[in-house]
Amino acid sequence: METILNVLFSGVFHASTLFLVAAGLQVVFGVQKVFNLACGTFYALGAYFGITVVKLLVDHGFPKPLFIAPLIAAGLLLGLIVGPVIERGLMKFVYDRDETFQLLLTFGIVMMLEDVIKFIWGTSPQSMGGIDLMYGQLNVLGATVPVYNLIVILCSLIIAGLIGYLLLNTKFGRIIRATADNREMSEALGINMKVVYIKVFTLGTVLGTLGGALVIPAGAAVSEMGVELIVLAFAVVVIGGLGSMKGAFIGALVVGVLKSIAISTYPELEMLTVYIIVIAVLVIKPEGLFGGSRV
Amino acid sequence: MENALGITRLKNLGLPLVIIVGLLLLGLPLFAGQFLSYLMLTFFAYAITVIGFNLLFGYTGLLSFGHALFMTVGAYTAAFLTSSFSLPYMELILVVAVIVSTLLAALIGAICVRYIKIYFAMLTLAFGMLFYTFLLKFYYMTGGDEGMRVLRPFLLGIDFSETPKMQFLAGSYYFYAFVILAILTFVMWKIVSSPFGLCLKAIRDNPEKAEYLGVSVKKYRWYAFVISAAYAAVGGALLAPAVGQVDPGLTYWTQSGTLVFMSLLGGFEHFFGPMIGGIVYILLQDKVMSLTSYWRFIFGAILTFVVIAAPGGIAGVVSSLTKRRARGG
Repeated sequence: METILNVLFSGVFHASTLFLVAAGLQVVFGVQKVFNLACGTFYALGAYFGITVVKLLVDHGFPKPLFIAPLIAAGLLLGLIVGPVIERGLMKFVYDRDETFQLLLTFGIVMMLEDVIKFIWGTSPQSMGGIDLMYGQLNVLGATVPVYNLIVILCSLIIAGLIGYLLLNTKFGRIIRATADNREMSEALGINMKVVYIKVFTLGTVLGTLGGALVIPAGAAVSEMGVELIVLAFAVVVIGGLGSMKGAFIGALVVGVLKSIAISTYPELEMLTVYIIVIAVLVIKPEGLFGGSRV
Repeated sequence: MENALGITRLKNLGLPLVIIVGLLLLGLPLFAGQFLSYLMLTFFAYAITVIGFNLLFGYTGLLSFGHALFMTVGAYTAAFLTSSFSLPYMELILVVAVIVSTLLAALIGAICVRYIKIYFAMLTLAFGMLFYTFLLKFYYMTGGDEGMRVLRPFLLGIDFSETPKMQFLAGSYYFYAFVILAILTFVMWKIVSSPFGLCLKAIRDNPEKAEYLGVSVKKYRWYAFVISAAYAAVGGALLAPAVGQVDPGLTYWTQSGTLVFMSLLGGFEHFFGPMIGGIVYILLQDKVMSLTSYWRFIFGAILTFVVIAAPGGIAGVVSSLTKRRARGG
């Protein structure tokens, strides 16, 4: 029972960050129709930047237990800078092109950002030295769960709620959904596509950097984390359905929990099961579990 | 009219140019250093892979993001046959590699060609990564992330184990690989200029119309998929003995991205484009890597530049320049 709960909790923990990155992927795909391979690299950037900011603050006497506040701020800030820069500097040139070119452009961005990370932070793994453990552990029905992991899950749920609110109850959300549904029509109605695209791409970037910043106290940042994560996020959106937020949520849970079940029972099958499910979904229901429902 | 003239001129220029470049490459080990010859040897392997890849990408309009899978099948075939089964005959390796990858591609292709565009790219990516995890996790068979050693193969039944390594690679093996590249290039040229190749182009440009005209779109896409996989397997099988080592990284999704990169860089709309891309990629990579360890940044920048400013690649730029000159003079 305890082990099942432990496995479940670690799965949900993985799922919570996976959801953030996948949500970023979804919103960009839904509106701009670009499958952004760089989402995973944004996640890696967020992780490294988060470590640097928190370390710097702690060295200058910042109260350790409050580290989560600057961490979130770091993730947000980085995304708010990187997003518009990449959108205005590169992405805006390829919206009219074939999706092959859009995909390849994001691949080029991945290559560049990977080396930017290596240039700034080097190739050795970086971590916060177990700062997450200072929140202690909680006993839930016999299973021991780090409190920090619960905080991350909670943050992720709050963000999911906020995204839901943003999409369904605000003007910007209506514009996003309208654009995802019919770009020409929205443009004809007087919506400024340029602004929408900047905002949407930035939202996607922020979700990635925030996800990276949140997860990193519980782990270590390594240079391959971006390209590894994008494949997982890819699995999430395929299982959930491209462009669907609900799909990202369910897909992240499926992939996260499945992964942690496989690791604890038969590690050889870890990613194998994920890919087999991805292929099965693509073959049986290529629109995904929640495909068709927009953003 | 002028345009048509320009194209004929290019064509007249084309064949002698191909022969000259071919002869230069053939004679390279005689006048260039061993290292350059070795680089060109790896180019031959990639060239075979990308001309196969481009049958799918440039001619049929399907972007595979998992094509490194079939290259890896070829490479691991070489590893298994030389190290595990002690059957180091290059001809056997090539035949087995083609058979295995053809069977695998027939299966995977049958699933993938039901989709196009982004779904095709994603499905192929998923299969590539599935194979990657398979190689990684079943280490008792495949050596896991350490991979496997590839021993020196016999060429035409001749044992070269006494020859020093670089002399073998920049000598007999170089010519061997060159001949295979030449044959396969010729075969591919025949394929794309045959009615079959024209059907593929029709499918790329307008699948509905092609279907109306009686072309079985899915079947033709499937053929293209299988042929391109067989080419990739030959490329991988030739690459493995040159590197001497295979590991699962060969089939990681970024490796498939490299194949797309080469095709795009050279220009996927031209028959020789992907090869030009391959040669430029390999020479440039060697140069840039010797200057900085951040070569990926530079290559990423090149890729973004090509995508944004020169989507026709090198061949596209060159041919538009020659056309302009033909029009001007």
